[in-house]
Amino acid sequence: MNFDLAEEQKMLAEQARGLLGKQSSPDRLRELIDAGAEWDEPLWASLSELGFPGARIPEEYGGLGLGDLDLGVISEEVGRAVAAVPFYASIVCAADAIQRFGSDEQKEAWLPRLACGEVVGTLAHAEGRQGWWPKSSSVSCRAGKLSGVKTPVGDAGIASLAVVYCAYEGKPALALVELDGETVERRKLDGFDQLRAHYALTFKDTPASLLEASVGDEDGLRTLTDRMSVQASFEAVGGAEACVYMARDYAMDRQIFGRSLASYQAIKHKLADILVATEFARSNAFFAGWASDNAPAELAVAAAAVRLSAINAYEQAARENLQVHGGIGYTFEADCHFHYRRERTLAITLGPRQYWADRLVTHVPGKQMETA
Amino acid sequence: MDFNDTPEEAEFRAEVKAWLAKHAPGHELPPGATLDDADEVARGKAWQRELYDGGYAGILLSKSLGGRGGTIVEAVVFDEEEKKYNLPKGPYIGIGLGMALPVIGKHGTDEQIKKFVEPTLKGELTWCQLFSEPAAGSDLAAVRTRAVKEGDAYVVNGQKVWSSWAHHSDWGILVVRTDPKAVKHKGLTFFVVDMKSPGIEIRPIRQISGASDFNETFLSDVRIPEGDRIGAEGEGWACCMTVLMGERLNQGEEGRIEALMQYAADTPMEGATALDDPAVRLSLATAYAEERAAKYFQARLRTMVSRGENPGALAAMMKLTYASRLQQTSGLAMEIRGMDALAPHEDVIPTRQLWHDYIWSTALRIAGGADEVLRNQISERVLGMPGEMRADKGVPFDELK
Ligand SMILES: Cc1cc2nc3c(=O)[nH]c(=O)nc-3n(C[C@H](O)[C@H](O)[C@H](O)COP(=O)(O)OP(=O)(O)OC[C@H]3O[C@@H](n4cnc5c(N)ncnc54)[C@H](O)[C@@H]3O)c2cc1C
Repeated sequence: MNFDLAEEQKMLAEQARGLLGKQSSPDRLRELIDAGAEWDEPLWASLSELGFPGARIPEEYGGLGLGDLDLGVISEEVGRAVAAVPFYASIVCAADAIQRFGSDEQKEAWLPRLACGEVVGTLAHAEGRQGWWPKSSSVSCRAGKLSGVKTPVGDAGIASLAVVYCAYEGKPALALVELDGETVERRKLDGFDQLRAHYALTFKDTPASLLEASVGDEDGLRTLTDRMSVQASFEAVGGAEACVYMARDYAMDRQIFGRSLASYQAIKHKLADILVATEFARSNAFFAGWASDNAPAELAVAAAAVRLSAINAYEQAARENLQVHGGIGYTFEADCHFHYRRERTLAITLGPRQYWADRLVTHVPGKQMETA
Repeated sequence: MDFNDTPEEAEFRAEVKAWLAKHAPGHELPPGATLDDADEVARGKAWQRELYDGGYAGILLSKSLGGRGGTIVEAVVFDEEEKKYNLPKGPYIGIGLGMALPVIGKHGTDEQIKKFVEPTLKGELTWCQLFSEPAAGSDLAAVRTRAVKEGDAYVVNGQKVWSSWAHHSDWGILVVRTDPKAVKHKGLTFFVVDMKSPGIEIRPIRQISGASDFNETFLSDVRIPEGDRIGAEGEGWACCMTVLMGERLNQGEEGRIEALMQYAADTPMEGATALDDPAVRLSLATAYAEERAAKYFQARLRTMVSRGENPGALAAMMKLTYASRLQQTSGLAMEIRGMDALAPHEDVIPTRQLWHDYIWSTALRIAGGADEVLRNQISERVLGMPGEMRADKGVPFDELK
């Protein structure tokens, strides 16, 4: 058995971590929030220079042709840094959708530009209160025109391309839309996460091209969201680990009642439990990344399992990290709040835990037979 | 056991209801309003003045101090009725009534009582609490701010932190070290300080919510007249305990979970609503059960108080659970609403409230007795378990590392 990352994957992670550590420091995040910035554009340029956005995009389309686990280790680093880049929206979501459902022309038109970071894409799936992925979309695609409202859509302010989940002849489908035209209204929303902007997109007879293979392919669409879940979970694992060590470091420095705060069992046990949760989530993430590449039949369960464990780990980590910091943790100058807010984004973006619980239970081997 | 008002209580409630119906509406804030701090303080003062004129300021404060000398039940009844209006009731008023007055009332001289009680009840004087320091939070007795006697005044130097609303307060309650040779708790002395004194500099601290309603307060050669010392030299810790007891007993339980159920019912899910989902039901029902338990637990505590018993560390149970439940359930409700709760496409007041609660709960889990400290109190004072090993026990402050 070798259930460890390959040397190249470790190097990839190290490289990403080095760059993000340098360019996406907490002070930089504060600067971006203060400037009301949509994103960290120079950071995106640096990541693009090293080929990160193209990591999983096939070589024929200008990418590095690496796998899901490779992308996962990058997602983890993005999560650790709470980096303000559209890695998830553009690469994990939009590029993957095009790669899996697009025609050759569509792939040729967009994948190389997404791979080199020149074009930013996003995936518009949610429809307000109707949910993150409504069973039947109220956005319709007819005769190459899209109409309806998608909200909220992450990173839609900097994206020039959106893959839109919609209904085509009564069937679920994905359509490609360019966002810069007059027929798209983009309204920036006041959002909880200060480092990832969300928008409401209103389409009015907006020219759109269907990703043909997606039409009516419910299983395929679910697999797409499984794959998104794997990457978002890696992101959460990175965030959770950052929180554990931030709390550890702070506790080591803090003296309370004549002792190091880190010497109190209440704090040690708290952080030990969260570390366990984080390492377990990471283990599920490794398997899910591997399955995504190598054992598609196992992906549904793996994606659901990692989703549930990673949300749980990051939730505890983000909350208790702030708690261990005491009053300082409640200040903008401390670094806890980036995670406290981002954690909610990651926990909620891919639908409720019930969805994943349901997906897990119905796909656990043996259960399929019973329900069929 | 009887949950109904006694005839006297019912009479008091009717009287309060009528009084509020007449006076409260004019002071109400528009729902969801965010006011600038100065405006908020001004409105808070005006409402306090109204309460004073109506005879409802300081219900629990004894008559001899100028209060109403009412019972805890009357205070609760008033609170319940007052909460039905959206009134300006910030810490700038609460710190004065709930902290400054009890400590002045118990440890102050007649002169001090005369000088401070009435204007505070009238809302003319607002107060801040200058206790915490960068190296003294949970471990409050570790304060380093020094006061040295010079003639008929004390000269104070040091730094306080997290001073809520200090930038809009007239006076502060302050604990400082006067005797570094004594062990930690023994060398402390309590003062009231005019926030306009030369040498006080207040710098706002930006919070994760974006607001800056707490501050760093720097004291450089601030002269405090001897007459503003509360209690004797070395009595500071006892004064702090008086203040913190008041803080604990004031924490009330507000029912929130019903509103979250409504929020779930307003969220469509699979052809029905989120409230029809078994998982949502289980989580909200569990939270509701806990909230009810807290309400009745509080009723037991109040009964103890009304009989003159001291609930002590039992009161910590209320705060411990309230803060965590606020975090847990506001986070949960965001999940229930789903992505729309991350960035609502229309201005939804309940969603804004959830954001506020999810952020504010972190402060509540820390301020006024952090979770871990409260758990220690419950295990040590209620269960009688031994305290943690302390390296600072019995050691003079200036010999501590
Ligand atoms: C919003 C807000 C408003 C405030 N307003 C005021 C104010 O007006 N005036 C004022 O004086 N102060 C104020 N405070 C300060 C507040 O009282 C302190 O934050 C609190 O006492 C905790 O102290 P600390 O922040 O130094 O944290 P620390 O004491 O450093 O605690 C850090 C962490 O260590 C934990 N811990 C502490 N002791 C132990 C132990 N023995 N075992 C295990 N874990 C332990 C704590 O629970 C916490 O999680 C305010 C704080 C906040 C957040």
